[in-house]
This record gives sequence, C-alpha cells and structure tokens, in this order.
Amino acid sequence: MAEKDQHHHPHPLPQSPSPHLSRKGAGDGQAGRGADKPMPMPTLETAPYWEGCRLHRLRIQCCSECHQYQFFPRICCSKCFSERIEWVTASGRATVLSFTIVRRPVSPAFADDVPYVVALVTLEEGPQMMTNIVGCKPEEVTIGMPVEVTFEDWSDTISIPKFRPRRS
Amino acid sequence: MIGGEIRRQKRARPIIGANLTQTLRNRVAIVGVADTEVGVVSQYSATQLYVRAARLALEDAGITKDQVDGLITCASWAEPYLYHAEMIAEYMQIFPRYCMGAPAGGGTTLAIMHHAASAIVTGMCDTVLITMADSQVSGLSRDKAVEMMSTAGHPQFERPYGPPIPALYALLARAHEHAYGTTAEQRAAVAVACRKHASLNPAAQMRKPMTIQDVLASRMIADPLHLLDCSLVSDGGAAFIMTSAERARDFKQRPVYLLGVGEGHSHEHVTQALNLTASAAKEAGERAYAMAGLGPSDVDVAELYDCFTPVVIIELEDLGFCPKGEGGLFVEGGRIELGGELPVNTHGGLLSHCHPGHPGSMFSITEAVRQLRGSCGARQVEGAKIALVHGQGGIMSTHCTAIFGSEPI
Repeated sequence: MAEKDQHHHPHPLPQSPSPHLSRKGAGDGQAGRGADKPMPMPTLETAPYWEGCRLHRLRIQCCSECHQYQFFPRICCSKCFSERIEWVTASGRATVLSFTIVRRPVSPAFADDVPYVVALVTLEEGPQMMTNIVGCKPEEVTIGMPVEVTFEDWSDTISIPKFRPRRS
Repeated sequence: MIGGEIRRQKRARPIIGANLTQTLRNRVAIVGVADTEVGVVSQYSATQLYVRAARLALEDAGITKDQVDGLITCASWAEPYLYHAEMIAEYMQIFPRYCMGAPAGGGTTLAIMHHAASAIVTGMCDTVLITMADSQVSGLSRDKAVEMMSTAGHPQFERPYGPPIPALYALLARAHEHAYGTTAEQRAAVAVACRKHASLNPAAQMRKPMTIQDVLASRMIADPLHLLDCSLVSDGGAAFIMTSAERARDFKQRPVYLLGVGEGHSHEHVTQALNLTASAAKEAGERAYAMAGLGPSDVDVAELYDCFTPVVIIELEDLGFCPKGEGGLFVEGGRIELGGELPVNTHGGLLSHCHPGHPGSMFSITEAVRQLRGSCGARQVEGAKIALVHGQGGIMSTHCTAIFGSEPI
C-alpha cells in the first residue's frame, strides 16, 4: 500500500505556472495538454500533493492516530479530526468506480481530446479521485477495471496524475 | 413487472432532527405565485425578469409591494451584484426588515423557501417575497452559460480532467446502471414524461412531443447521457409570496400550506460523494415526511429536480416512492405521467419547461401551488391535495424536500 513519504517539506511552488510549458515524459498522449486548460494553482494546503506529482509520485494524507487515508488534502483527519496527519506516497493502484466518455468538450481547450474518459477511481488505500483514463480506447474502460497512475506533465511544476489500464 | 407490487414506505423511519422539526407544519402558506415568460426571453434583462416575476406574484396575491417586509433573492449570472437582494429592493423601492441574498444554485433555491418559512415563524418578517431569475441564453449565451456551469468542478482535483456538468451526472448514471441494471430506455422515459407534460403547458420552452426512440437517437453528450437526457438552458424567472397561515386567509388566493420540509447535505464535489447511487434526498425526504406526518403514498403529485434524467430515478428511490434500485422500473409504462400512479413534473420540468439555472426549482414550487389550487387546466392532476417538491444542487450534493397541502393537516 502506501509508503511514508520523505518529502514532508517540499520546495515552495510558484503560485502561477511557468509560461514555458513542456511535455516531457507525458502520459500516454491522450487527452493531452492544450492551451487554456484549467491549470491547477497549488495552495499552502495542496502544495505537497503537487510537488509529489511533479516528482511523479501520487501523494495522499494518512492520519497518524486512526490510520485513515484521505484525499482531498485537509488540515486534519476527516474521521477522527486529529491534526497528526502526514503525507504518504500511494501505491498508484486503483480501480474504476465509474466513468463517462465525454463527447462534447467542456471548453475549446478540450476540443482536440474528445472523446475522452472522465472517471472516478478508488485508490487501493481507499480514497476516491477524479481522473482521465488513458492508454486504452474509451470503449475499453469498464467499472471495476484495475488501473495505475501515470503522469502527464503540463508545465515544469505541474504534472497531472492520470490512470491507465494496470499492467499486471 | 413490479406494477402494484411496489412497496411504498408508509411513514418515515426515525431520523436525526425528525423530533425537532414539527415547528413549521401548518404554520406558513404560499399566497401568490408567478412565472415570467421562459425560454429565450430577449426582451427583458435578468434584473427585469426578477422584478417582473415579483410584480406578477404580488398581483396574484392581491397585495402591493409595500405589504412585503421580507425579500430573498439569489444573484443571477448574467447580472450579478454583491448585495443582490438589497439591489432588487432598491430597484423595487421597497424597504424590508428581512433581506437576504442567498448564495445558492439549482435546487438549493428550495432551501431558501425553508429559510423564508423559518423567518416568518420566528417573527423576522410577516410576508416574504422570494424572486429568482436569470438570462442564461440572452444575457450570457448558451456556450458561456455551459462554460460557467463547468466551473462547479474542483479547480485542482476535477477541472483539469475536463468534465462538463453532464459528465459529472453521467458518472452517477453509469454507477446506477452498473448497480441496478437501469437502462437508457428507462432514463428516456423520464424525458418523455416531462415533454408530454410540457406539451400541455403553453408556457413551456420545448413542447413538441417526443418518444423514447427520439431520446436514444439524440447525440451522445457524455455516455450514457444523450442530449435529450439533459435539461435546457433558458432565460426566465419566478417568484412567490409566503406569509403566516393566519394571515394567509386574508389574501385573494386560496392559500397553499407548507406541511413539511427537510434538508440533507452530503458533499460538494462528486469526487467526495460517499455513494454514487444514493443521495441525501433520503435524509431530506425523511425529515420532510416526519414534519408533515405523511409518507410517500400520501403524495398526489411530485415536482422533482430533473437537471438530468437519472436524477429523477435516484430521487424517486431516495424519497421512498419505490425501493432502492427500482427507480428505472418505476418510471416505465407511464407511471410518472399524468394519469399514472405518480405524475412527476407536470409543468415539464427542467428537461422541457425551462432551466435558467438557480431559479430552476422555483418553477416546481409555483407549479405545485397551481396544482393544489386546481388551476392547471389540461395538465391538472385531478383532486391533487398533497404535492411534494424536491430540489438538489451541486452534483446530488445538497437536497431539500418540501411537502405542500391544499389544506392544513
């Protein structure tokens, strides 16, 4: 499952993305980065998550008191309300909880991506995430499908975790 | 298949708050309702639609604007103001002692009715005007409206994946399909029922009758939702006037009484939903039934939030009209059409009447009131005495159920 993360204090991230975007090591090339896609803006609370993504590690939080994993990031454990939470690297393994194939793009920035899969996945550790399923045809995606994380680099500081069919 | 075997829940089970919420039953009534023109209404701005709806509702109630001492609005997208309710009061030149601009959207408008009822019972005001409108086609443009709606997703953890609003609901539809075998034809039956009712409503935006095949043949927006599984984008407004049950008897119209109301709130972002196939409509409904002392089998007509067809199926289950997982079967065979066991969305709903955004469930309230007055003409549910209205907002996030009656109980 998750391993304790050594990067408790990530380097501060710039509050706005670099204008010089690269696609080094992009995921599987589907639903790729286009101009004007909604670039995540890390906050004090989410910076460790995005720093993890930059390093191609999927980080979630784990409570040191009750050992519950959680995502989205929070100041405290959403179960026992302890503030003794730490960032850990998740296994990156998940299963598809539900999905849809988007045929009409949300905005012109996604026009080149249709049809693309928007999915909810359940991480092996428990929390749910929204993602795109890449690396297979949209029609091949099923509920319960085992998937694994892959990262798509949108800029020097922002990489987006996506999921692809798990390679056994 | 299930037909008469559907086991309707007779009375709500005990639930938190149920023993504390008797306070609003029979205490307030709606005494005036109005809708503006809906659809593409380019002759009025959003702000004008608020005031036009208000003026028509006052006329319906037979009172002047100076007899209103409470006002609630939600800001439109086309013409937002920071102090929106105060702006509308200023525009109307009324000087209320209770004035609230509510930050709400979609079905949460119904929760505002809950606040209004509480404000009356606690003496914050005597007679409250609630007016809602927007101009999403003429004031914004359809594309701009759709793009604004998409900002509902979490800016860091959802929006980068490009989900339009239909996709967020498609996640629920797919999960329900997977868990219970709900079909595209069953979802389409919801849209067909709404269109049938809209065809009987001269005010509705989309009135041409359609079939299940028409829905299935419409283009796919986000699998498994077709275009005709999705609600409209509209201009329009609606208003109603609520006062205490005692005062209500002095108004021009026959009062429609609030019998029960309840809310349930489960999440904001669909990513955080603990359950994709069941919603806090269950808690909202149980609280409303408990307050009213009624159950689903007492309901003559239901106006259910229908931004997308699968929502109605989930609501029918969660509100106890059928067991969990049987919502798809329930909507088959005309059961939710006029003349069926439970007519749903008799005005045409958001799917066919209109959907101008946050005013959406206002039209459910004004329709429920007209049904209980018996003034709906061709789309009247004969002898309707109890109406249930349900609104939801977000992505099945925030729920409010209200039960209205033609008489106090």
